[in-house]
Amino acid sequence: MLILTCPCCGVTGEETEFHPGGEAHLKRFGPGSEDGEFTAYLFDRKNPRGVHFERWRHAFGCGKWFHAARCTATLEVFGTYSARVSAPPEEILAMIRARRPGWEASA
Amino acid sequence: MRRYSVFAIAREAMRYHQGWERAWRSPDPKAEYEVIVVGAGGHGLATAYYLAKNHGVKNVAVLEKGWLGGGNTGRNTTIIRSNYLQDPSVAIFEKARSLYEDLSQQLNFNIMFSPRGVLMLAQTEHELRAYRRAEHANRLQGIETEMVSTARVKELCPILETGGPRYPVLGGLWQARGGTARHDAVAWGYARAASDLGVDIIQQCEVTGIDTAGGRVRGVQTSRGAIRCKKLAIVVAGHSGVLAEMAGFRLPVESVALQALVSEPIKPVIDVVVMANTVHGYMSQSDKGELVIGGGADGFNNYTQRGSFQHIEETVSALVETFPIISRLKMLRQWGGIVDMTGDRSPIIGRTPVEGIFVNCGWGTGGFKAIPGSGWGMAATVAKGEPDALSGPFGLERFAEGRMIDESVAAAVAH
Ligand SMILES: Cc1cc2nc3c(=O)[nH]c(=O)nc-3n(C[C@H](O)[C@H](O)[C@H](O)COP(=O)(O)OP(=O)(O)OC[C@H]3O[C@@H](n4cnc5c(N)ncnc54)[C@H](O)[C@@H]3O)c2cc1C
Ligand SMILES: [Zn+2]
Repeated sequence: MLILTCPCCGVTGEETEFHPGGEAHLKRFGPGSEDGEFTAYLFDRKNPRGVHFERWRHAFGCGKWFHAARCTATLEVFGTYSARVSAPPEEILAMIRARRPGWEASA
Repeated sequence: MRRYSVFAIAREAMRYHQGWERAWRSPDPKAEYEVIVVGAGGHGLATAYYLAKNHGVKNVAVLEKGWLGGGNTGRNTTIIRSNYLQDPSVAIFEKARSLYEDLSQQLNFNIMFSPRGVLMLAQTEHELRAYRRAEHANRLQGIETEMVSTARVKELCPILETGGPRYPVLGGLWQARGGTARHDAVAWGYARAASDLGVDIIQQCEVTGIDTAGGRVRGVQTSRGAIRCKKLAIVVAGHSGVLAEMAGFRLPVESVALQALVSEPIKPVIDVVVMANTVHGYMSQSDKGELVIGGGADGFNNYTQRGSFQHIEETVSALVETFPIISRLKMLRQWGGIVDMTGDRSPIIGRTPVEGIFVNCGWGTGGFKAIPGSGWGMAATVAKGEPDALSGPFGLERFAEGRMIDESVAAAVAH
């Protein structure tokens, strides 16, 4: 069971209080983009075994969206951060590197 | 391969069972194969078997990182049915179901196929209508399936509480030819028969990298060294994204945990499979007497093969409501498997962006029932290098083309 801390309201709760929202930091391709880019944006997912960045919603709390950095192989949560960024902030990356030496963010 | 038969049992009984041979060979990997199949689950083993049997492609290796059948194939609740909604799904699931009927004879291995019937409860108006639609679709597709009344539901499964109060049973969709089979036996049977046809099954051999050159596959790196191949079939269910990344492409697949549990064994109480999709639980009884119970999948990416407490609670409370007599039963074991979910809840079978690499994945929560049909179609696809009638509609390109095979309504629950 995951324990997440909502960065919006500061409440720490277990996973049933939250709703998962899938892969984070997808770059949106809309009208005018290549077919391949549009398809990849809509469908293709990293689905990594290991460090993953995700969107979550504090569904039964403040209702707001946020981001989480998590390991899909161990369920360890490295940290949560604001939904208003398009890439994980440096302090989250530092927390991950502290726990996963040698880890590199993939494109 | 020495055949299993009643005479073999009699012969071995006379000599303290010392004459049984190993069910499959355990060879060292060769330097090169025509086809390498990654993943010795049901789908990978069936693919290898039909490659050898139907297409004469016998220079085949199946590489498995753990033990064969140790993935979802050995972790599922073995529901077999074919009353899906869309034509391509019905075609492949019905092919599989009909192959299951005499698979024990074909493989000379008792897979314990038990066509005891599968009953899906309609507990809301919406569900009732969706099942009626499936019944009509199935009639056009030539699949025997039938809407039944609440009274008939009670007759088929007397321990069912049909009166509610939360979700009274309004009717059911009944497929009399559906049922269950022994999951391990399906893997073991295919492994033994494939090995007999010359397929090398290599366990404890993890694929760690995929070698490509000029957009073509050349071979794989494994925990037991490099192995070359002309064609590569990736059939690893929950690990499909990991293998795709090794080959340099992405799939429209997310891996999540799905769990199941079994009760202590009791005397026979239910001789059909019952699925209650609205309340999210399903149940059947094994030959040992254990109640085999499953429910919903987790919502987030997960590679740990365990479940979560809230889903156990959700599933068990749903089933206690549906089958009040089980409320005092103890649960014996609980486990999880990592299932590969696609957006339209249909599998992916076919070519990939890398020449010579084929993929078979996305069976998600419901691929055990498909094993024979999937292996049949996948083998044809790999042997010919192009899709065949069975597998063709399930190609990866359907996403780009917007040609979804939407089964998210017909298969609302994980099974
Ligand atoms: C709890 C649960 C209940 C289910 N209930 C049902 C049901 O009632 N009816 C139904 O039809 N379906 C059901 N399913 C779904 C069904 O189990 C799967 O769709 C099906 O078994 C998938 O088979 P597979 O051969 O594709 O995968 P698997 O059996 O998972 O085999 C894949 C194999 O690939 C191996 N592998 C992975 N990575 C590597 C690597 N790098 N190198 C080498 N090998 C690798 C794995 O070790 C594994 O053995 C259920 C699943 C679960 C988890
Ligand atoms: Zn909050």
